[in-house]
Amino acid sequence: MLKHRIIPTLLLKDNTLLKGVNFNSWRTVGSALPAIKVYNLREVDELILLDVSATLDCRRPDFEAISELASECFVPFTVGGGIKSIEDIKELLRSGADKVCINSSIYSNPDFIIEAVNYFGSQCIVASIDVMRNNSLGYECYSYSGTKSTGISIYNWITEVERLGVGEILITSIDYDGTMQGYDFELFSSISSTVNVPIIAAGGAGNYQHFVDAINKCNVSAVAAASMFHFTEQTPLKAKYYMQKNGVPVRILR
Amino acid sequence: MNVIVIDYGMGNLYSVVSGLKALGVETNITSSSEDISNASHIILPGVGSFSEGIRNLKESKLDVAISDAIKSKNVSLLGICLGMQLLAERGTEGSECNGLGLIRGEVKKFEQNESGERIPHMGWNEVRHNNNSLMKGIPSGNDFYFLHSYYFNPTFKRNIVSTTPYLGNFASSINDERVWGVQFHPEKSSKYGLKLLENFLNV
Repeated sequence: MLKHRIIPTLLLKDNTLLKGVNFNSWRTVGSALPAIKVYNLREVDELILLDVSATLDCRRPDFEAISELASECFVPFTVGGGIKSIEDIKELLRSGADKVCINSSIYSNPDFIIEAVNYFGSQCIVASIDVMRNNSLGYECYSYSGTKSTGISIYNWITEVERLGVGEILITSIDYDGTMQGYDFELFSSISSTVNVPIIAAGGAGNYQHFVDAINKCNVSAVAAASMFHFTEQTPLKAKYYMQKNGVPVRILR
Repeated sequence: MNVIVIDYGMGNLYSVVSGLKALGVETNITSSSEDISNASHIILPGVGSFSEGIRNLKESKLDVAISDAIKSKNVSLLGICLGMQLLAERGTEGSECNGLGLIRGEVKKFEQNESGERIPHMGWNEVRHNNNSLMKGIPSGNDFYFLHSYYFNPTFKRNIVSTTPYLGNFASSINDERVWGVQFHPEKSSKYGLKLLENFLNV
């Protein structure tokens, strides 16, 4: 049986790891390389690294830094931030990424996503969508690390990114991000049945039960978390023991 | 032992190389036919679409170099993910086209069924194997990391080394003489993944 994944998310800015609340009030939480080494020792299922300033600074991904981090990573490694071209993706894969995560470029250049899917295969292309609650649209999508409203509702956008051929969708609730009060269940339960590709839920995880709820009640394939692993004593491994006890299939090394 | 990893422009070569490095094995990343003919162990990794992959191999005549090496000498080959799929006779991703034809079979797209299992098949799943030498010391049913929407459908059951339960059961690794293919990513499957790479070098 396919296991549900627990994915620590690392947010990177100038080689420093950050974590915020509602995509704001950023705190430094250390440097990336030691964090990756520790997660690797703990046999996490996968890691996501997002360079949150690349697009805002109008620069390409920092391939050298990513290559150094990837060399310490023996589990699947998804990298995002600042990706605008096929050449960027090639270079990231050469630097050791297994999948790439794209957000802002999908809005500005959907054809690029089609081209990327044709070239690298859909399994390599992850769409990242940041959403905020909004009275008229329900949930509105934001680009540029949550700074730019798009006027597009999540329901229309997930249909669109799936049509473009992406292999997986990472959805982050800006409202719940960093609050550690649990995932936005209304959001995730209303979308996962409408999508055929795997969904990774992000934003709000604060304890192991939140993972169980997201998987059992909202039918997501994987759960991402940052603050709870940075700021509490909880670990991905203990999360898996808890989830296994609660009937969620997870990967536990024999 | 002369281990090479073939670079044909299809992605993540470095995780294989760093996986082998962790085992203390130095590898040569190459796109030269001469290196292929001098190798004892060839690793063909890759992510991407079948048609792009085979086109890139053909453009640099690596397809011929690989086939010649397999035919003429005692060389072992391991295809990983797209590299496994390219061993087939035919593929359908991108456009329909011929593969390397080193193991009989064709590559097909997963089809959605009633199970609710999503496509791509992405994540950790069981590999139930038949104790082929590639799997030595690895418990049958151990989880490996998968990342694909297409699968290898071998013509002969005898070529199947392991199966994995997803949208039915599919062949997650295959073998014919000195050619192996694994659909999952051993270089990303931690302890037992590295064990599998080690086994390949020792077969």
